[in-house]
This record gives sequence, C-alpha cells and structure tokens, in this order.
Amino acid sequence: MAVPPPEHPDFLWRNPEPKSSYDVVIVGGGGHGLTTAYYLAAHHGITNVAVVERGWLAGGNMARNTAIIRSNYLWDESAAIYEQSLKLWEQLPEELDYDFLFSQRGVLNLAHTLGDVRESRRRVEANRLNGVDAEWLSPEEVQDVCPIINTGDDIRYPIMGATYQPRAGIAKHDHVAWALARRCDELGVDLIQNCEVTGFLKDGNRVVGVETTQGRIHAGKVGLAAAGHSSQVAEMAGVRLPIQSHPLQALVSELFEPVHPTVVMSNHVHVYVSQAHKGELVLGAGIDQYVGYGQRGGFHVIEDQMAAAVELFPMFGRAHVLRTWGGVVDTTLDASPIISKTPVDQLYVNCGWGTGGFKGTPASGMTFAHTIAHDEPHPLNVPFSLERFETGFLIDEHGAAGVAH
Amino acid sequence: MMLIPCPHCGPRNETEFAYGGQAHVSHPEDPHALDDAAWARYLFYRENPKGLFAERWVHSAGCRRWFNAVRNTVTYEVQSVEPIGPRPPGGRPAESTTSEGGHA
Repeated sequence: MAVPPPEHPDFLWRNPEPKSSYDVVIVGGGGHGLTTAYYLAAHHGITNVAVVERGWLAGGNMARNTAIIRSNYLWDESAAIYEQSLKLWEQLPEELDYDFLFSQRGVLNLAHTLGDVRESRRRVEANRLNGVDAEWLSPEEVQDVCPIINTGDDIRYPIMGATYQPRAGIAKHDHVAWALARRCDELGVDLIQNCEVTGFLKDGNRVVGVETTQGRIHAGKVGLAAAGHSSQVAEMAGVRLPIQSHPLQALVSELFEPVHPTVVMSNHVHVYVSQAHKGELVLGAGIDQYVGYGQRGGFHVIEDQMAAAVELFPMFGRAHVLRTWGGVVDTTLDASPIISKTPVDQLYVNCGWGTGGFKGTPASGMTFAHTIAHDEPHPLNVPFSLERFETGFLIDEHGAAGVAH
Repeated sequence: MMLIPCPHCGPRNETEFAYGGQAHVSHPEDPHALDDAAWARYLFYRENPKGLFAERWVHSAGCRRWFNAVRNTVTYEVQSVEPIGPRPPGGRPAESTTSEGGHA
C-alpha cells in the first residue's frame, strides 16, 4: 500500500473549561477558526483566545473536503490571496513541526470545448502575470503528466488540453487540523468543543461576548468562522450575510496501489479526482442545487460524478464506492469569500468560501487574524469585504472556482 | 433524490426540476428610489433559513411551469406547493400554504 500516515501521540491538546473572558473568541473550530487562532497567537501576540466549537474540532467541512490545494484563480484579488495561501502551505509543515502530508503533485484543469480552451489559456496568462505557476498542456502532454487519463477522441467530451499548476497538490486534512490545534494549544489558546453559541452580548453597537451552551463568555472581540452556518450565527448578532448554504458531497473508493499521480479537475464534465496517500480515490461532486443543511445530498449527483470519472479514467470502472458523505457549504453569488469587518463593532466575519475553503485555510486565518488584531483588513482581504456587494466590486470567480474546487 | 409534488403534474423525481431560490422576491417598484445598500439587499441577499423555506422550482422536464414550494432545508421534506402567485397573507412559510390551496 501507499505511504502510511505518521503516528500520533494520544493527546494533542487540552480540553479546558471556558474562562469567563477572553481578548478574542473565535466561533467555529474548523480549519479557518484554528488558523485564525494560530495567527493571532503566533504572529500578533494575542494568546488570550478561545475557539468555541459546537461539535468536535474540525468535524465539519474540514473533515469533509477533498483536500485539494491550488492557486490558479483568474482575477488579481483571488490569485493574490490563494497564492499567499499556497506559499503558507509550503512553509506550514515546518512552522508547525508536523508532517501533514502536503504533496505538491500538481493539478490539471481539463478543457473539453473551444470555449474551455480559450478560457483556460487566458487563465494561464493571467496566472503567470500574477506570479502563479501555470502552463497550457496539449492532450499529449496531459497524457505524460497523467498516463491513466483517456485522451482519445472516442468519448463524449474529448480532452482538448489542460492548464497545469505543478505546485498544486493535496494534504491530509485531519492532520492539518491536528497540527494547528496542537500548536494553538501550546500557545495558550483554549479550544472548547461541544460549546454552541446561542447568542451575543452587546453594549450598544459593540459586541462584548457570547452566550453559549457552556455559559456566558465575555470577549473583547469576536470572529465568526462558522462556514455553512455563518448566516445563522451572524443573524443572532443582528448581521445579515449574502450567503446561501448548500449540500456538497464527496466520495472515496476502496484502497488501491498508487495509480493516479496528480489531481485532475474538469468543470465541463464535472469531476475532480485525486488519490490519497493511503490509496483511496477521492472524488468530489457538485453542490446540490437547493438550500440545504442536512449534510447529505442526492445520489443522482454522485451518479453524474461517477459517470464523468469513469469516462475520463476507464480503469476506474472496476473501482467501488466505499463511502459518500456531505457537508454544508456557504456560497456567495460571486463565488468569492467574505473576510471582513461587520456593521457591529468588534465583530468580524470570515465566510463564503463555498466549495473551495480548504485550500484557502492558511491565508484565511492569516488575513482574518490581521483583521481582528488591527480592526482593519490585511491588504490581501481588503477586496473581500462585505461592502463589495454594495459597491459592485464583485470578484467573479465562477470560471476558476466554478464547480470544481 | 427528493420527490417533489408539482402542483400541475403530481409527484416527480427531483431531476425533472430546476431550482429558483427564494420565493416572493419582487422587483423594486421604484428602482430609482433605492440606494446602493437597498440594491445590494435586492440583488444579493436572500433568506438562508435552517428550517422551512418558501422557494421557487420549475418543472423543466415536465410542464415547464414555475411554482412555489415550502420545503424544510434540514429534512428536505416538501411541506406544501402552490402555483406561482402573490405572497400569501401572513407571509411566513410555516403558515403560508397547503398543497390544496393556492391562488390560481
């Protein structure tokens, strides 16, 4: 079998009782909440921090994504933040002293139509101008990178080429969460599980704490990183968010010897697939079209996904689905996240990562921590403010973000 | 897969339908009276409830007609449907409609 994951100690963090007050309370103990706490403690010297999580640490979308990391986004604003994120991914294993199996095996984004080809080549040029590694590959070159892919013309949507980002890759998502949690804990951050926020304490227009299922916690500042439930949480503080929450599914096969050397994504036939270190094929589906919080979606979405995968990779026809699951993703209408101050003083929001939050985890935490610490955004997240929906400066990433994150 | 009761055709598979998001979002009567914040509310802000949601569907592969539904966004159960029409009196999804009702 492929590479065995590293061994772990029995405990990586304490499970403290909440104190009565903190300088900063982060709502949501997923990847984004944990990185935010990490950067607050490690880079801004703010260690009197609690992360409150209504379930268990990293049990939401952090445990449910397909672990793909890339930065080949079209627009300057997105390329800047996602490329920063990729650079942070490259240094975090050493910084956190934890091998979370970040593997830069590259990503192919396939083109199947002339429109795809034009858009993809444009994106390659835009990426290069933004310092993001990107190249355009012919079908033959696609075959060189990924020998098991069907580049023949006997399929419904033959491959006409692909963009390739060699520095992209995958990481083991639960290990990423554990690495962050351990370091947060070492730095003095309280990670409080089974602690659901039920309300906010306000003094005029200023937030001064949260009501939780483990009691009242006073806070100098509160940062929301609640992913699919962001609108519910923000609404309790009187803040409305332009978010729609959808089910998003993924699946894995049984374990195989390593056969798939890279990450392959196709917006057009709607599939993205990689092979995890343990050996399972990891496939992501598209969102279900309706608003949903059930952490499950329709099986016909999985079927469509499998059909596309088998056409692109004929050998996968003999594989079996081992497990499917769903999460709740918070989508915005421009397919870009919101990392922003809010109309309520000392209340900050980090949401709207939609189907692509995992890759953004480090830069999300870095910029959100900066926003909270300084009460003003980092230059990288200035464009990702709530105000953009009023000013009209949207960051339309449906092309590069699209179905396939 | 959900079984969605089209008010014109009866229960059909979800794959025959396309989603239209929140129901009863009307175009502003006087667009010039709206400031940027109000426009943003109209264009980008929608209800996102965890629970009952009044929403629009279109039976694309059937009668091709739009209709309104009240669906639970946690259980995905469709509570009621009605032909397209004005927002029912009361306005809250829980008390809005039944499948026998409607404004046709």
